[in-house]
Amino acid sequence: MTKKNNKKKNTASSASDLIDITRRKFRWSDFIAEKVIKGVAFLSITIIVLIFIFVFRESLPIFASKKAATLQEATVASYEVQETYGEVTDQLQEPEVQETYGEVTDSPAGKEIQETYGEVVDSTAHAPVEENSYSVSAGSGYEDNQTALKTLTNKEWLPVSGNPRYGILPLIVGTFKITVIALLFAAPLAILAALYTASFASKRMKEIIKPTIEMLAGFPSVVIGFFALMVLATFLQDVFNYDTRLNSFVGGIAMGIAAIPIIFTITEDALTAVPKSYYEASLALGASKWQTAFFVILPAATPGIFAAILLGIGRVFGETMIALMATGNAAQMGLNPFESVRTLAATIGAEMAEVVFGDTHYNVLFLIGSLLFIFTFVLNAIAEFYVKGKLMKRIQGK
Amino acid sequence: MIRNFKNNIKGILIEGLTLSSALVIIAIVVVMVAVIVIGGKDQITWEFLTSFPEEGMTKGGIFPAIYGTALLVIIMSVAAVPFGTITAIYLTEYASENSIIAKTIRFAVRTLAVIPSIIYGLFGLGFFIKFVGTSMDTAFWGGQLKWGQPNILWASLTMALLTLPVVIVSVEEALKTVPRDLRAASLALGATKWQTIWKVVIPGSISGIMTGTILAVSRGAGEVAPILFTGVAYYVATLPGSLSDQFMVLGYHIYVMTTQSANVDQTMPIQFGTTLVLLSLTFMLNISAIVLRYRIRKNKTN
Repeated sequence: MTKKNNKKKNTASSASDLIDITRRKFRWSDFIAEKVIKGVAFLSITIIVLIFIFVFRESLPIFASKKAATLQEATVASYEVQETYGEVTDQLQEPEVQETYGEVTDSPAGKEIQETYGEVVDSTAHAPVEENSYSVSAGSGYEDNQTALKTLTNKEWLPVSGNPRYGILPLIVGTFKITVIALLFAAPLAILAALYTASFASKRMKEIIKPTIEMLAGFPSVVIGFFALMVLATFLQDVFNYDTRLNSFVGGIAMGIAAIPIIFTITEDALTAVPKSYYEASLALGASKWQTAFFVILPAATPGIFAAILLGIGRVFGETMIALMATGNAAQMGLNPFESVRTLAATIGAEMAEVVFGDTHYNVLFLIGSLLFIFTFVLNAIAEFYVKGKLMKRIQGK
Repeated sequence: MIRNFKNNIKGILIEGLTLSSALVIIAIVVVMVAVIVIGGKDQITWEFLTSFPEEGMTKGGIFPAIYGTALLVIIMSVAAVPFGTITAIYLTEYASENSIIAKTIRFAVRTLAVIPSIIYGLFGLGFFIKFVGTSMDTAFWGGQLKWGQPNILWASLTMALLTLPVVIVSVEEALKTVPRDLRAASLALGATKWQTIWKVVIPGSISGIMTGTILAVSRGAGEVAPILFTGVAYYVATLPGSLSDQFMVLGYHIYVMTTQSANVDQTMPIQFGTTLVLLSLTFMLNISAIVLRYRIRKNKTN
């Protein structure tokens, strides 16, 4: 480079000499570092796309109209073997203790665990697909996928029986019930507590409340589920006197406990983000502190509170462990909050371990997973864009 | 005057209402912790923590669960922390603030943070086990089923995906606290961009990287849903010796014991003990992360 420039005219050469001094030497380490960093960063987008792809891909066979009969055909023989499952689950009302999720739990005021679940005890038998004897599902041939598609809007979820029905309506109803109860419990508590922390609390109270909420946020959901199963269920049953010990009410309250930190944190952020000018103007006009807090700051933080509630919903929707432990796991459709329910996420969690790969049941479970994914994705997108839109409007002075 | 009085009453009521909400939340947390501590404190003995479960989980200890949790978390951190740190470095140093790429990555990270954890499990099953695992099997082991099964490697990678957003956000927060003057000074002294990052920015944000790691570890130790079908087992006779073994974790142990154990009275103390161990573990991790984060924020305002 330098040599070529020297051949030019004098003024040009002195100018280009200057350029040479300031031009950086090409360093391999910089170049590689930058490429690596950029590459790695793009991977996080790739991961979301990959998650989309794979979760949807496994659920697609249900919609396939032409599907050759696969290797995994449950023979009549194995049907016979499975019938014992089938028998039991065919009555939704009071199935016996024979595992399966049809478990409505029993003995009120008893101690725990009547919830025998199904062999979630993992056998590593995710063996090659030819394992007929292991098959707990009804099959994966063309007819079964068609049945699955047809029965998706049924009112019964019985994938493991002679006549499999994959109605996800009870699951949706169950999830809906739990979400409503959880939000009715958690949202007022969290929002009011956040209002207190943002507007009324003294410094000392803040130092007590905030760490407590952070601690609650750090509780693993298994622990909350354990608490609900052991203590909360008995307590609530004594107070409210209903029959089934584990039902959507208990599950909803437990999920609410899990959702409180999220709603609290975001609401508090929204409340403290309200411009101080609002606060000062209101006080200047003669309003008292509580009037300002309740009638000025709270309404001004509404987009943030809305986003908080949306994120709380998202959390409750996808919560698996609490649902598995505290809701009773019976796929029923009914609006009574005191009966057992089964949520979408719990269905995936409980049944995925026992499903044969490539099977109709497997595909339906992935379909449920895709639904959950879409739902939380949309919820998150709404929360973000809506909140941003409103905040932008306010900052622009509208 | 009466209006004043009424206003005062309203004020007191509202303040009282909000205060009681806060107190109810605090009470719930206190009750939860108290119940678990009281129920489990007698169980925590050295034998409990270091011996294997015996006789169908009615006696013995939970050592394999502790070991499995620790191993899971270590492999997960090795996978997630470098990856997340590099992404955070890209977001703060290399990408311009308003570029499409930076916005997309941030949106992606925020979305990853709210996806239910069971979806990660599904992804782990469909991608890691069935796709990567079986491809590895057919390519290297001639079709024999070794990697196409749930094991600790896939479970750790699934967890790493789950905790990636936490790491990215924490590291980014710490990277932003390094003052721009420091970077400018380094560049002015002739260092290249990468040298600045490597020698000035990263050492200055080590506490943020540590916070991210601790939060990720805390989350990884507690989450059970993603590993339900990617590798965990209720009882494994030996400790996981290689990456293709199954393992036990505390959270899953609690879940199965409480919902499926045949002998409730005998396993109940062990349930409480295990829960107490898990809770103390996450609690200690979270406290250290909070303290670290507090110190980062303090430095920032300075």
